Amino acid sequence: MKTLRQVAFWLALGIVFLFFTFPLYWILISSFKTRADIVSTVPSYIPFVQFQPTLANYSDVFITRSTSTGEGSTVTASADVSRFRDRLINSVIITGASTTLAVVVGTLTAYAVSRFRIPLESDFMFFVLSTRMLPPIVVLIPIFVLFTNLGLRDSYFGLIILYTAFNLPFVVWIMKGFFDEIPAEYEDAAMVDGYSRFQAIYKIVLPEALPAMAATAVFSIIVSWNEFVLANFLNRDAAATVPPFLNSIIGVGAVEWGRLAAASVVYVLPVVIFTFLVRNHLLRGVTFGAVRR
Amino acid sequence: MAAQTELSVRPQPTPAKRDALRPRFSWLTDRWLSFIFVIPTFVILLFIAIYPLIWSLNASFTNRTLLSRPDQIEYVGGANYAEMLTNERAWERFVVTGRIVVPSIAIELVLGFLIAMLLSGQFGGRSVIMTLMLIPMMLSPVVVALFWRFMMQGDGVLNYYISDVFGLAPVLWLSDRNVLPWAVILVDVWMWTPFMMLISLAGLTAVPKYLYEAAEVDRAGAWFRFRNITLPIVSPLLLIGVIFRTMDAYKMIDTIFVLVGDRGGTGRAAQTAGLYVYDLAFKNFETGVGSAYGYIMLIVIMALANLLIRQLNSLKG
Repeated sequence: MKTLRQVAFWLALGIVFLFFTFPLYWILISSFKTRADIVSTVPSYIPFVQFQPTLANYSDVFITRSTSTGEGSTVTASADVSRFRDRLINSVIITGASTTLAVVVGTLTAYAVSRFRIPLESDFMFFVLSTRMLPPIVVLIPIFVLFTNLGLRDSYFGLIILYTAFNLPFVVWIMKGFFDEIPAEYEDAAMVDGYSRFQAIYKIVLPEALPAMAATAVFSIIVSWNEFVLANFLNRDAAATVPPFLNSIIGVGAVEWGRLAAASVVYVLPVVIFTFLVRNHLLRGVTFGAVRR
Repeated sequence: MAAQTELSVRPQPTPAKRDALRPRFSWLTDRWLSFIFVIPTFVILLFIAIYPLIWSLNASFTNRTLLSRPDQIEYVGGANYAEMLTNERAWERFVVTGRIVVPSIAIELVLGFLIAMLLSGQFGGRSVIMTLMLIPMMLSPVVVALFWRFMMQGDGVLNYYISDVFGLAPVLWLSDRNVLPWAVILVDVWMWTPFMMLISLAGLTAVPKYLYEAAEVDRAGAWFRFRNITLPIVSPLLLIGVIFRTMDAYKMIDTIFVLVGDRGGTGRAAQTAGLYVYDLAFKNFETGVGSAYGYIMLIVIMALANLLIRQLNSLKG
């Protein structure tokens, strides 16, 4: 009876696990397949046994122009694929800058709301949160017109400030919850000893807050890194990020799934690593601190 | 008086020491600091969230298009709203949204809870297995939609199993207008069930063990324990999960955009309200009408959120 239950448990777990991880595995191995192996009617799963893996897709995606001669692909498609590296750099710049800004500005605000008397404090916190509920498509219309008038379309600055605003509510809420948990007596004691408030923050609170700031930063990074709707309409050329780029290469001629898979794997890898890093804070992170463990 | 005399008796620090003790940045009083710390957030959010909202509200009462010059813009009163509220198509988009959002969240809730029950015990490799299963919700919707588009193609791996292994007719996931909404639901379920699982798991671990032990002593059945112990403790958390998912799924457009195209696929079978705003404002260039529809969307979601949060408060209270 006990073994039967064990078997049923592992069987159920196996099915569930397969459902959630198979697509990830499938993309991963597809990125190492040749075009012939990808379009083959019988799927193959095991590299070296069922098919000979190749790094061609990765070199196509990363090394400019090497693709124009290969496998009869159209010129436009290969020209598009070769821009992946630039898009990746754009994504890194925009994500990095917006996360830094959001975490620094948001943490300071969170500290102020937690420690000082702010007029209309709860209204302010609700205002901060409510901005995150807006459907991005509704905000997009005015932002599109505004950015066009200000010349911010297709600029780093435009998306950076947008993503900063996007992540600020999250940072403020999470960090306020965190500061509320640190006793204010630490700073008070330091200030009795002659520190100014500024020094107390810098020397006492900051070291204490750094781990929480790092975890918050990871969530901000993931949100900015993944964003598509605003990026797709505002930054189409020089400052375009990866998500709209990935979408745009399906639109061009026959889809080169191998290269698309390779680009996706490269793009997704940091997210997977970050997920493992913050796995113990995931719940708090994805619910704005509403649920803690 | 006593305090003062006591102070004067204290040894005076040497000049050098006094200098070291004098706090730097002392001109930064708490009042100033609180001001300096709060203002940037306030200004950024004002600029990115509040200003656009006011702009949209104003635009929703005009005949503005994406191409119109300032002198061509005229106020048209509530005409845009009247047009949207009487337009059958505009209502249809809400029905389509509901047909995708409601089944998605229902399946995610049930499935997520069941998986959480499965994972609530201790077993080898639990942490790694769980984290791997949580990856989908951290990925970019674009990448997720691409993965599934790849697998759902006519000759993709999904159809290989359906037709070659199980001998059924291949499913046109992305082109049959009756199947298409379910393709979107399947992708949403894959991506967001882990979220519901995570939140259910937090609820399950919050149930005190002694309650189960007491029920055991009273020989209560499994259903009784579930109904009277587990559910009351877990349900507020589940509702929080549902609220988060509703807000998100309602405004979601990226997955559908990439999976079946910006018009919601064949016969607009998956054109949700959000995609319709996009269609009006950016494909038809009708900024005014698009803004009005966006505002209708906003009012609907605010009403819905209010309802759910009220429900949550009554559960907690």
